[in-house]
Amino acid sequence: MRTRDLSELAVRNLREAVLRNSLTTLGVAVGVASLVAMLSLGVGLQTLASQRLTRSGLFDAVFVTSQRNFRGPRQPPPPDSAAKRESRALDDDARQQLSKLSNVTEVYPQIRFVTDVRYAGKSESTSVLGLPDSSRSSGAFEGMTGKYFSSPTAEEAILQIEFAKLLADQPSSLVGKDLTLRYAERAALSKDADDEALLDSMMGSGKPGGISIVPREKTLRIVGITESDPSAGIGGFGGARVYLPLKTAEQLHVAQPDDVQAFLSGNPAKPSYMAMTVRVRSPKDVPQVEATIKQLGFATFSLLDATKSLRVVFTVFDLFLGLFGSLALTVASLGIINTLVMAILERRREIGILKALGATDRDVRSLFFAEAGAMGLFGGIFGVALGWLIGSALTWGTTIYLHRQNLPGVKISYVPWWLALSAIGFAIIVSLIAGLYPASRAARLNPVEALRYE
Amino acid sequence: MPTAPMLIQAESVSREYRLGETVIRAVDAVSLRIEQGEFLALLGSSGSGKSTLLSMMAGLDRPTSGAIRVRERNLAELEADELARYRRETVGMVFQSFNLLPRMTLEENVELPLRLAEVDRSDRQSRVGEALERVGLAARRQHRPSELSGGEQQRGALARALVNRPAILFADEPTGNLDSANGEQILLLLKEIQDSLGMTIIMVTHERPLAERFANRIALLSDGRLVSDGAQR
Repeated sequence: MRTRDLSELAVRNLREAVLRNSLTTLGVAVGVASLVAMLSLGVGLQTLASQRLTRSGLFDAVFVTSQRNFRGPRQPPPPDSAAKRESRALDDDARQQLSKLSNVTEVYPQIRFVTDVRYAGKSESTSVLGLPDSSRSSGAFEGMTGKYFSSPTAEEAILQIEFAKLLADQPSSLVGKDLTLRYAERAALSKDADDEALLDSMMGSGKPGGISIVPREKTLRIVGITESDPSAGIGGFGGARVYLPLKTAEQLHVAQPDDVQAFLSGNPAKPSYMAMTVRVRSPKDVPQVEATIKQLGFATFSLLDATKSLRVVFTVFDLFLGLFGSLALTVASLGIINTLVMAILERRREIGILKALGATDRDVRSLFFAEAGAMGLFGGIFGVALGWLIGSALTWGTTIYLHRQNLPGVKISYVPWWLALSAIGFAIIVSLIAGLYPASRAARLNPVEALRYE
Repeated sequence: MPTAPMLIQAESVSREYRLGETVIRAVDAVSLRIEQGEFLALLGSSGSGKSTLLSMMAGLDRPTSGAIRVRERNLAELEADELARYRRETVGMVFQSFNLLPRMTLEENVELPLRLAEVDRSDRQSRVGEALERVGLAARRQHRPSELSGGEQQRGALARALVNRPAILFADEPTGNLDSANGEQILLLLKEIQDSLGMTIIMVTHERPLAERFANRIALLSDGRLVSDGAQR
């Protein structure tokens, strides 16, 4: 019999015992739904974790320092070739050079300093950090009170909530208010006569110039209060409590500990940085970029290996979720076997008639197979939809719960196209396996005995 | 006068059934030769073995011993698929209980052998129409079997048996579930088909008057044995 005829007959037969076949198909759908819901949860959580980690910048970043910074007085100099390698200063030239490396998307310096913050007559000493514009999409500011900086050069500040509590009883009332930063500005000394005389008297003649440290004040508009700490982890060295746009922070020219070293090394006009963060296109580019930077004479650090462990954990997690989901589908397949065996008893005479009219054993077997496959197909499609609904309900419920806890909502369930197609395929395969026994039993029926059956 | 070619040849055909220790011989060493275009009535009382013999000649069952040759091919030696093909292409069958599929319309029931024979869809409608026209049911093609009378159902079954244009028509007690008027109508149809199409018809019946009126030849079976075999008029 041709496939089209076979399909038409199978669908017609399924339609005739509509209640029983619908219930069996529903059983398959519930099995598939549990499988899809479990795996979508696994995929969703994995995606969520990967996105958060990727956006956090922990795994696509290389933290760069000058080798000078880490070679303190108690540390011996690096042996052999490393000693011969030039120890480079981490200045704007280095920044330019790093940003030109292949697969590097962004290079920004660490601008961090401790300073006085004044607000409404209160003065608090705290740490300040400049944030690159890419922090906007890091996820760290989701759900924050207020908004992110209006521009990369805005004279605005975001406060960490614990610090905001020190300034006001109601931290959210600070949004829109101004605060004042008091800081030490570094400037290269101009070579006028007075300065040079001063320098000569202090250090002797022949020195190429100097730096001055000048106290300054800067008024900034508070635009947001954040609960999370966007600077934690690599490149952060712990949390800062006041955040400014990086370019605004750079323009302040705040005196850094390295400035003294720069001055002593004879190049005080060129500021250098404590550290820089190099963002790469994807985590897999980290080793190559890291190696290149080391060859340029800098010290590096990255957290790549942690992603591999994470993948192993989630693979095992998915495996167990899949196993539990498959159990439900196994129970559903017993329903298919039962339905089809009952159908053989009911349709014994029909099978006899088909054989008397010239149907081969294969025709009869294929017909029962097609019916099992159709139940698998419809059950699979319905089950994927049901599984997606269950996953969406879980996401919805979780989001409501998180909102009640004053946390931003997350999508914990995700049904990618490959999961939907695999689940439908799996349902069809399980249904066909379940149809094996009934189909071969129907095919083996003796037509004379089948025709006699009432 | 030239004789018609031999179509079916049963050679010492037996069929045994085993019920525990007991062996029941339903057909016992029957030999029969049927020529093309004959209308043969297999006559006998209930349990005489006539339906079993018909099932073996129709390729639904296999003899325990002996041979049934149709156009020189021994049905007993055919593979299951070849036997199915024989039923599909050479044979048409009509049963006492009509055996139309209740879920299908009359048209779909008649189309079923064409689906099994993988006849092109474009040809099917005309052939179904032709078969229903022949039995006078063209107007009832969209009706389900439950909406038809017994006589109409049997005529529908006859249309289904004819739609594949078989060489042999087997009818197992075709009037058994019908009143005398409808029964006679069916036999008139069979006779007309035999005359117009030159089809070979083998009919099982226990009604001697009908057999004598319509068949060319009557073979009488009793306890599985052929007790008489003779031509009519």
